This record gives sequence, C-alpha cells and structure tokens, in this order.
Amino acid sequence: MVTIIFFCGIYTVLILGIAQAAPAKGNGVTVSVNGKVVGYALEGQSFTQDKYFYSRPSAAGYNGAGSAGSNKGPSNPDYLQQVKDRIDSFMVHNPGVKREQIPSELVTASGSGLDPDISPEAAKIQVKRIAVVRSITEDKIVALVDANTEKPLLGLLGTAKVNVLRLNIALDELKQHTAFSK
Amino acid sequence: MNTEIIGIVTMFLLTLLLAIPLGRYMGKVYQGEKTWLDPILGPLDKLFFKLGGAKPDRDMTWQQHLLALLTINLVWFLFSMAILMTMGSLPLNPDGNPSMTADLAFNTTISFISNTNLQHYSGESGVSYLGQLVLMLFQFISAGIGMAACAVVFKAMKEKAGDKLGNFYNYFIKSCTRVLLPLSIVVAVLLLINGTPMTFKGKDQFISLQGDTVSVSRGPAAAMVAIKQLGTNGGGFFGVNSAHPLENPNYFTNIIENVSIILIPIALIFTMGFMLKKRRLAWMIFGVMTVGFLLLLVPSVYQEMKGSPAITRLGVTQQLGSMEGKEVRFGPAASAYWGITTTVTSNGSVNAMHDSFTALTGMFCMLGMMVNSFYGGVGVGFLNFYVYIIIAVFISGLMVGRTPEFLGKKIEAKEMKIATIIALLHTFLILAFTALSSHLYAHDPKTYAGWLNNPGYHGFSEMLYEYTSSSANNGSGFEGLGDAVPFWNITCGIVMLLGRYLPIIGPLAIAGILAKKKYVPESAGTLKTDTFTFGAMVFAVIAIVVALSFFPALALGPIAEYFSMK
Repeated sequence: MVTIIFFCGIYTVLILGIAQAAPAKGNGVTVSVNGKVVGYALEGQSFTQDKYFYSRPSAAGYNGAGSAGSNKGPSNPDYLQQVKDRIDSFMVHNPGVKREQIPSELVTASGSGLDPDISPEAAKIQVKRIAVVRSITEDKIVALVDANTEKPLLGLLGTAKVNVLRLNIALDELKQHTAFSK
Repeated sequence: MNTEIIGIVTMFLLTLLLAIPLGRYMGKVYQGEKTWLDPILGPLDKLFFKLGGAKPDRDMTWQQHLLALLTINLVWFLFSMAILMTMGSLPLNPDGNPSMTADLAFNTTISFISNTNLQHYSGESGVSYLGQLVLMLFQFISAGIGMAACAVVFKAMKEKAGDKLGNFYNYFIKSCTRVLLPLSIVVAVLLLINGTPMTFKGKDQFISLQGDTVSVSRGPAAAMVAIKQLGTNGGGFFGVNSAHPLENPNYFTNIIENVSIILIPIALIFTMGFMLKKRRLAWMIFGVMTVGFLLLLVPSVYQEMKGSPAITRLGVTQQLGSMEGKEVRFGPAASAYWGITTTVTSNGSVNAMHDSFTALTGMFCMLGMMVNSFYGGVGVGFLNFYVYIIIAVFISGLMVGRTPEFLGKKIEAKEMKIATIIALLHTFLILAFTALSSHLYAHDPKTYAGWLNNPGYHGFSEMLYEYTSSSANNGSGFEGLGDAVPFWNITCGIVMLLGRYLPIIGPLAIAGILAKKKYVPESAGTLKTDTFTFGAMVFAVIAIVVALSFFPALALGPIAEYFSMK
C-alpha cells in the first residue's frame, strides 16, 4: 500500500535531506590529527597503553562495527573475578593508588562497549602514572584534565565527564609543545 | 541537590508539560476537528485514502474495525517475511549483511508488527539498510494501529456512541500522519544536530591514536531512532540500542529520547479526558499510573546510585553508582529512569544493559512489564488499563451492593468474562513459557548450555524476563540470553503474537458491546469512577492481580539473587 512508499521512501529521503545540513552531512563526525582521521567524535576507542589515559573496559573491544555490553549479572562469580583481576592489574600499573580510590567505571564494562567518556575522578586517578611515563609535571596534566572536563548539561543536569580521545589528543600535543620549548 | 536527580526530575516534568497540549491536539485529530497542521497534511491524508481506496467517512462497527486491523496486519506480515528473507541480495546493502533464516525472520516480523521490537539479531551485522527501512515502516504503522484501536475505544466510551465508531483507516492514517510523523521529524532533526548519522554509506575504517585498526558501522539511523522512541517500539538501529553513542550521543539527546518514550502514552490519557469531556477521570487515571510508576522508579534509582554490593566488597569506590553496562554520559540515575520508563511503557529501547542492573532494579523492570499499563504502550497501554478498570468497577460494585456501571453503561457477565480472560492471559503466557524453558534447561543443561550467560537465580531471571518482555510487547531483554536459536525465535514469536492481538481484541469487544447498551443517566446510586477512592480501588486490583500471579516467579529470580548478595 501507499504507506510503504511514504514511510520507507519519502520520510527517509526527507530526513536524509535535512541531514545534509547537519554536522558532517550525517556521515558521522570524525576527529583528525594532522589531517589524518584518528577516530569518530562520539565513539570511544581502546586506550590500554600506560602513556595514555585508559578508557573503560569494553565487552566489544571498542569495535565500532559491533557493539555490546557484557550482560553479566551482578551476582555472576566469573564476572566478579574478572572485575577483581582488572582492579589488580590497574594497581600494578598505577603504583601508589589505593584500592578504595579507584572509580568503579574503570573496572566495569560499559553498556555499548564504545563509551567515549570517563568521570573526572577516573581521569585524575591516572595522572600520576602518566606524569611518570611522560616526564611531565602532574600540575600540567591535572590542568589538562580540568580543561577537558565537560560539566553537566547547563551545569545542572546529568553527569560530569571527560572524553578520553580528546583528552589523549591534547596530551600528545602537550608533549610536542614541551619538546619544542626545551 | 545532585545533578543526576535534577536531570530525571526535569525529564518527567518536561514530559508532562508537553503531554497535556499534545493530548488535546490528538483529541482534535480523532474528532475530526480543525488543527493547525491541516493545510500541510490534509492533502497528504487525501492522497493516502485515494490510493488506498479507503472511505474515511464511513462509520464502522467494532467488528468491522477488528477485521480491518487484522487484515492489514496480515498483509504486512507477508511483505516483511519476504523482504527479511531475501534482503541479502537486494539493494541498499553496502556491508553485505546476510538474509535471515525463516525462524529469525518469523520472530523479527512478528516482533515489529506487534510493536514489540524484540531483536534476536544485531543491527550492525544482521540486517541490511533496506531491511532497517522496512522495520522502520512497521515502527510507524504498529504504533498507528495501537493508537487507532485506542481511539475506537475512546469513541465507544462516549455517551451515545451506539454502532457508529468512526472509520478505522481514518484513525490509523491520521495517527501516522498527524501525530507520529511530525513528532518524528522534530526528534530526528534534534538527533542529527547532535551527531546521529543518517547516511547510506557503509562501514568506515580508521587507525586509532593507539594504532589499532577500527571499523565503524553507520547507516540511516536518525530517522529510525526518532520513531522507535515515539511509537513505543524500541527497536534500535545498532545492537546495543540507545546505549550506542551514535544513537544517543549525549545527555541532551538522552532527555529528548526519554521524553519521547512516555510522551504519547501519557498524552493519550488526556486525549481521553478531552474527547469524553471527563477531565477528572483522566486525572484519576493519570494519578493511579503515576503512583505505580513512582513506586517502581524511586527504589530503582536508589539501588543503581547506591551501587552493587558485590562490587563494594571488592573495595573500589562507586562514586557514580553501579556502572556495569552503563554509560558515563548518562550515569546511573538516568539509566534507571530510562530502564523503568521503557518497561512501564511497551517501548523496550535501552540506554544501559538491563542484564547488568542490580537485582532489584531488574525486578522492577519486569514488574513494569507485568503490569504493562502504567502509561503502557501507545494506545495499547490504555486498553490494558481499561481492562483493569472494568474489573475494578465490577468488584467495587459487588462490594457496595450497587449495579456495576462505567460511564453510564452496565457491566455484565459477558464483558467481565472477556476482561478476566485478557487480564489472565498475560500471566499465563509468561509463566507457562518460562516454565517450559526452565524445564528444558533443568533437564538437559548441556544441550542448552548456550542459552544462559549467567548462572543461578540470574539465569532464571533471564528466561523470565524474555517472555515477560515478549508478552508485554516490550522488546527489551536481559540480553545475555542466547536467544538467536529456533526455540526462542519461535516461542517468543508465538507469545508476542498472542500478547499483542488478544489484548487489543478484548477491550475493543468490551467497548463495542458497552457502546450498544442503553445509557443509564447518573443517579445517587451510581458508583463514581472519577474519585480518589475508585482510583485506590483500581490500583489495588492491579497490585493484587500482579502480585498474586508473579510473586512466586520473582522470588525464584531477582528476589533470591538480591538476598544471596546481601
């Protein structure tokens, strides 16, 4: 019937048309460094190296072609063991950090497996490690985290967060900058 | 005050603020009065009627309405099966995704025409762009069908409706063009501005900062996300639904989408008040639904923000709350709010993984679907509530020794039989099928080992949730369940089918029969239905029916899990 043509066709074409005026023409906004695409602005990516701020654990391995949560129930013993291992590993890589300071989102998998953000607290807990690896003073990195912290919407609604990709790009730039100034 | 709490309170107030005028507007649409969209959409409607060969002015009886409804659904069913099973070799498939097997296509088709949107496939890899567009079509029409059925019941509830209940095609097309379409366009545009993709290009690839090669799925998502929320459909473009950063990029879009989820179900209550000129009755119904909603919402938000006790024991800080399966940009409060709104309505889209909610939140989500009428799905939510009203009228009539009457019509044995059957059907479908699957699993855990992602009580909850979601036409899931196998595809398909059409047929029949009865003017002896007392009575009926039916099953699943983790 006519509804097929209309809702499959015309509505789609209409939205597609409006999309041409939207950011990146509806193709998805990308982030580039030195003219090279290094990621999609909205999607998180895997950061496991010590010189970068870690992103959250992902059940999808940050594969943007497939999204997944762990779907582990809160009482699942295998899952709890996995979280325990993540905590231990985090403490090995971040000497001096106390267990009770680790925000849980750094050791639990996100819903989409593509979570682009961590909380400001989760970023700050990693500052010491990065300062040592990169030989930059902690103050500078803390300032960088603060500069990249997004406040809740209108300062009122929801959570404060830090986009890990943007923070890490800024971190790389900071390094280059200090290298030049030496 | 905590910004997360302010966030969810804002969402609810914003919904209410939009729902009241929208309700009035829909009332005008269904009564055929003039609205400000007439000049633009009037010609469009005419085109639909002309090409479809329908006569929008011809009044139908309730039986004719039913026939029209079932006929078009059958046509859609065949059309969808054909597309889904051949889409691998049809155009608009840049990622080369395969066609569906027969059992999966059966499940998916029923899932989408029944407004359930249970998905046993993953959007990125299981369906082509053409397939997605066809599914999006059903998101419009299944919502339109539900709203049309609801409009028929409203019409029948009027004082002197008799046999003339309006034209089904008229209600159906206007629900789509006058309500769903304009709202979808607004929501889609807001999503586009915030970065949700709308493109026919296939996957992209790049090298990440750390040096990994990463593929990114895209597609015409913005159009589909808008209608999936508004029509209480819930079927996501991507596998993880609205937890996906491309479907739901930030807190602002989260507000927009979450408001969209409960907007039309709430607005329809006010539509009824407007059409029947019974404002007090509308507020009574809204009050009962809201009390129920808050009773599910408040403890869920509390549980999620408090965090999981098992994680607390591991020694880390849960400053945000329980974060497994959740996104940082939404946080636990907005995730729990979404979880409850999506289950009390029959939406079923998710912005966090319900399987990983703390034990009691998982239970409150299930309870939302078991009641299925605290707001409920577009149109059908009210129909379910109507059944409870009929039962409540009958019981309270017996209690005070008055003839049971609702809106001036006597309720007699025939209507009561239908109402009772419908109220118990939901329970029967959920419990019988959960029992069947549990039996199979318990007797042969090796063969069915792939079913459950979690052991113990939580594994049982996964199965219970799946059938609850199917019967409630919700579509969310404890997605750890390995459900893409013929057993689940077929049984869930059957449950969705019965859970959709019988609860539409029942209330339609009751309303149709009542409409033909003689109108008895209100007198001192009439039981008033727009009072606080009657509201409490309806609530008690719902609570008793649901608690008696489901408490044992819930005690084996989430309640047992909760106490085992204490």
